[in-house]
Amino acid sequence: MTASLNTSPNLDDCDKVYEALINAHNDLSDDESSKLNARLILLLINHIGDEDVIMEAIMAAKTTSKSV
Amino acid sequence: MSFDGIPVYKKKTYKKAPELSRSSTKRRPFVVVGSGPIGLALALFMAKKGHEVLILTAFDFIPAGSKGICYSKEALDIFDQLGIGKRIVDKGVIWNVGKVFWGDSPDPVYQFDMLPVKNQKNPGFVNIQQYYVEDYLVDALEAMENVEIRWGHAVTDLDVSGTYARLNIHTEDGDYELDTDYVLACDGSKSTIRHLMGLDFEGRIFEDSFLIADVKFKQSRPSERWFWFDPPFNRGRTALLHKQPDDIWRLDFQIGWDADREQAIKTENLAPYIKGMLGDGVEYQEDWLSVYTFQCRRMKNFVHGRVIFAGDAAHQVSPFGARGANSGLPDVQNLSWKLDLVLRGDAPKSLLQSYDIERTRGADENILNSSRSTDFITPKSKNSTLFRDAVLELASEYEFARPLVNSGRLSAPTPCYDSPIATMDEEEFPCGPRPGDICPDAPIERDGKAAWLLESLPDGFCLLHIGEQELASDLPVLALPCEGLVAERYGSNMSYLVRPDNIVAARWRNPEPKQIMQAYAKATAQDGA
Repeated sequence: MTASLNTSPNLDDCDKVYEALINAHNDLSDDESSKLNARLILLLINHIGDEDVIMEAIMAAKTTSKSV
Repeated sequence: MSFDGIPVYKKKTYKKAPELSRSSTKRRPFVVVGSGPIGLALALFMAKKGHEVLILTAFDFIPAGSKGICYSKEALDIFDQLGIGKRIVDKGVIWNVGKVFWGDSPDPVYQFDMLPVKNQKNPGFVNIQQYYVEDYLVDALEAMENVEIRWGHAVTDLDVSGTYARLNIHTEDGDYELDTDYVLACDGSKSTIRHLMGLDFEGRIFEDSFLIADVKFKQSRPSERWFWFDPPFNRGRTALLHKQPDDIWRLDFQIGWDADREQAIKTENLAPYIKGMLGDGVEYQEDWLSVYTFQCRRMKNFVHGRVIFAGDAAHQVSPFGARGANSGLPDVQNLSWKLDLVLRGDAPKSLLQSYDIERTRGADENILNSSRSTDFITPKSKNSTLFRDAVLELASEYEFARPLVNSGRLSAPTPCYDSPIATMDEEEFPCGPRPGDICPDAPIERDGKAAWLLESLPDGFCLLHIGEQELASDLPVLALPCEGLVAERYGSNMSYLVRPDNIVAARWRNPEPKQIMQAYAKATAQDGA
């Protein structure tokens, strides 16, 4: 199967984007943070719009956790 | 009036079985067990095909209680075939629009149309109490000379070890035996026949309870399905409002798995829910109250030799998608033409296997949709709730999230594209229903008069031909010119082999008579496959 999920570096300024992600959670309770993440994921998966890519990303996320 | 706690809509007459006064009895080709909408519809299909029909039912009445109230366009098309469609639509409440509300906002976060393809004879949905449907079916059956409904005859035992099935039937005058080639089990979710066969369901049971309050009140409200997530009158849970005939409304409240059923249906406990939804000033009468839980599961197989299951006896879903009766009706529409051909000797018994394959596939589709809706309506984990709420939050602002709101994906046809009796396309067609699809309706003209395509299809197998050239075939043909919505929905110069259940068996452009007969042979399991 050809991988359709891009796992190569794909951001011009990755530090800036990462910082924005973290800052978005500043001053939020754990619950609020979780809700923010949920909204963010839903916005992004709609933007991606490619079912195969999303399924692959879900699998990749599931299989890279150290605790599993 | 009630019987064993079951309220009665209409009393029917028990009669002593002739078998109790006669020593020898004739063997029946088939017996229908159950007098719900599915058993009655199956009986009526078989009666209309000229068979002698016997229905056994433990009840000697039509039960009251609205129960299944939503009948889909496809169900209405089936009622049309049975000759009671007009009665149902005339009595029922037509609706096409569903609205979803969230929290305190008076504006819906999402709304949908149940009849996305317009210009079809029947509306997206009609709401009508189940007892009316049963009553109309019984009326139609009672008008036929080849039908006997035995009210108050309960099947208590079943022996399928011989070359035919032997039923033991209990009545107030004593027990008797009846032999039959086929037992058609339409005896509902608690099917006696299924228990007697030692068969069970596979699938999920959901741990939640819902309270149905059918109440009568006069208020001018649109005929729409309204669904609430987290409304002020049922915080953290859901609610549903739906219109029925006779100023009866279906109110449905999620009350949680731990709810006390007895307490929940007490008038004083019910009032806050009802007033919360409809306003403090509402004056209403309770019509029917019920607390339910549900499961999404089915029997592994619907055909077990001489015993064939249909409807709730074979599969169960949550009520949110109106997929109960609406999937049972296609079951019996599918089964009846196959059984008819088998009993006439015009098709081998193996044709019945295609009923099993096609309708277990249909049940899987319904279970999948119903399970997904249930997971959205009653999330099973904190994270699942989080995502559900995130969808609702986003839906009020962004269009993309609105279709994700799942308050029940309402019953839609369940096509079977890899049916063993379908003939696959040999070329690509730009439009039109594929083999396995149900035929869409369209307005047509016949003999200078406006008509509908589906009601104009000849009985039995037929050819639907859209084109200028004539089509020669031994099968009855409905030929229509290449114009208007018919051409848009079916394509031009196309020929469709349509099954008695309005499902496409094969389609071609300019088919040879031989191709048509091969597809017909395949559709009736006579191709030796």
